[in-house]
Amino acid sequence: MKPAFWQHLDLWARNISPVGLTVVLILLNIIPTHIPGYASIVPQLALMAVFHWTVFRPDLFPLWAIFVIGILQDSLSGAPMGLNTMVFLTVYGVVLGQRRFFLGKTFFVEWLGFSIIAAGAAFQAWVLLSAYYVYVVAPGPIIFQYFMTIAFYPILAWAMGRWHSSILK
Amino acid sequence: MLKQGPGAPNRVDVIKNLLQRFAYLGLIVTAFGLMMLGKAETVIVEEVRARINDAFAPILEAVAEPAATVRTYLDEGRQLINLHEENLRLVEENKRLLQWQTVARKVEEENVILRGLINFQAGPEASYRAARVISDDGGTFSESMLLYAGSREGVKNGQAVVTGEGLVGRIAGVANRSARVLLISDLNSRIPVMIESSHARGILAGRNGEKPVLTKLPPGTIVSPGDRIVTSGHGGAFPQGIPVGLISSVNDVSIEMSPYVNSQHLEIVRIIDYGLEGILDRHRLKTDLPKIDPLPKKITVEKTKPMLTVVPKPGSERRPSEP
Repeated sequence: MKPAFWQHLDLWARNISPVGLTVVLILLNIIPTHIPGYASIVPQLALMAVFHWTVFRPDLFPLWAIFVIGILQDSLSGAPMGLNTMVFLTVYGVVLGQRRFFLGKTFFVEWLGFSIIAAGAAFQAWVLLSAYYVYVVAPGPIIFQYFMTIAFYPILAWAMGRWHSSILK
Repeated sequence: MLKQGPGAPNRVDVIKNLLQRFAYLGLIVTAFGLMMLGKAETVIVEEVRARINDAFAPILEAVAEPAATVRTYLDEGRQLINLHEENLRLVEENKRLLQWQTVARKVEEENVILRGLINFQAGPEASYRAARVISDDGGTFSESMLLYAGSREGVKNGQAVVTGEGLVGRIAGVANRSARVLLISDLNSRIPVMIESSHARGILAGRNGEKPVLTKLPPGTIVSPGDRIVTSGHGGAFPQGIPVGLISSVNDVSIEMSPYVNSQHLEIVRIIDYGLEGILDRHRLKTDLPKIDPLPKKITVEKTKPMLTVVPKPGSERRPSEP
């Protein structure tokens, strides 16, 4: 075998890892942990990944991947099909437009940006969900989940940052 | 794809950008379309969802088992601490249950005799199937769980899912090796139930985060907190008498019920095959729709047959009162 082939394979594996990691995060989100109320307090891990990789490596996180990830999240969590897909696509669009704002800034700015965008995403999800069921869904769990998502962002962002600097060159 | 290099954007870049924008809009529209299709309960959306769940079910099953094992160890550790108290409680409970056992034996005997006396026809025999829960409930967006059992195990839409404590929900969406159970707390869940003591029938409606409420009770029904709610068996989907929960609060606006089953601790559940097709069978649902109604076809087939006068054998003709 030519070494070039293995190099290509290696590079390909590295480049696909952000999408792969996000799929793992989706699975992590729905694994039965039997912690009471876990599902309603678990942070939206996939949303964090979508935000993070769109800001830092949009070249490795193409549009179709966002769509696939959204569909996956919807199918596995039992949410109305297309709901999270729309939320992720919106986040992608907004972040891609504003990503220069985030690049090269301190982590605090990134976190602030994420909390604003996640708030928009939570609101969008709530509106879509209520429209889907034609019933005003209690906003409590969504708000709580939003706060959990912001609280957990630094941890995941750190992990993804490490991944970024060590695996993706 | 999006390289920020120096220099003015050339024509290729502009076209690329436009295409990207169109793709973006297209995907948003697709996602919205999927939501609409899902709302209309289109078969394709359910099929796609089932396929995806099926693909990931083995992974989730593989992870769910160790997770359950770890939890069992933790539980055992906790139990060791409360061993003495637990023992006392169990001795007490055992005494009480033994008394109940004698009562149950007596009643069972009596029941057999009485059934014999009146030639009672028992309903269809239910068969059970155990399945592992392989996902947490959807939390904010839906109250449902994935089970590692699907159409290859004979699971069908509309079947009741129970534990030893009571009703968990019903099957809504079956794939080959996985199925989704819609919990009774989900916004879409409507279960025909009755108050056990008065046999007043109603519908138990889920409300996602909050406790499910009892609706459509006949006027003048007396309900009080602590009343037991069981399935009524109407609609042909569920067996009668599965315990569902206790009335927790009654006020002018709503009657709330707290379920017996805590859906957060589910590891293994049982799916009841009652032998009935249930109200959620797609083919039966289809007959309500004029477009896909198979009935007119049948009639045309019958018309093409040569007309024959068939004289029924004596005694075999259908009386109008018969179904």
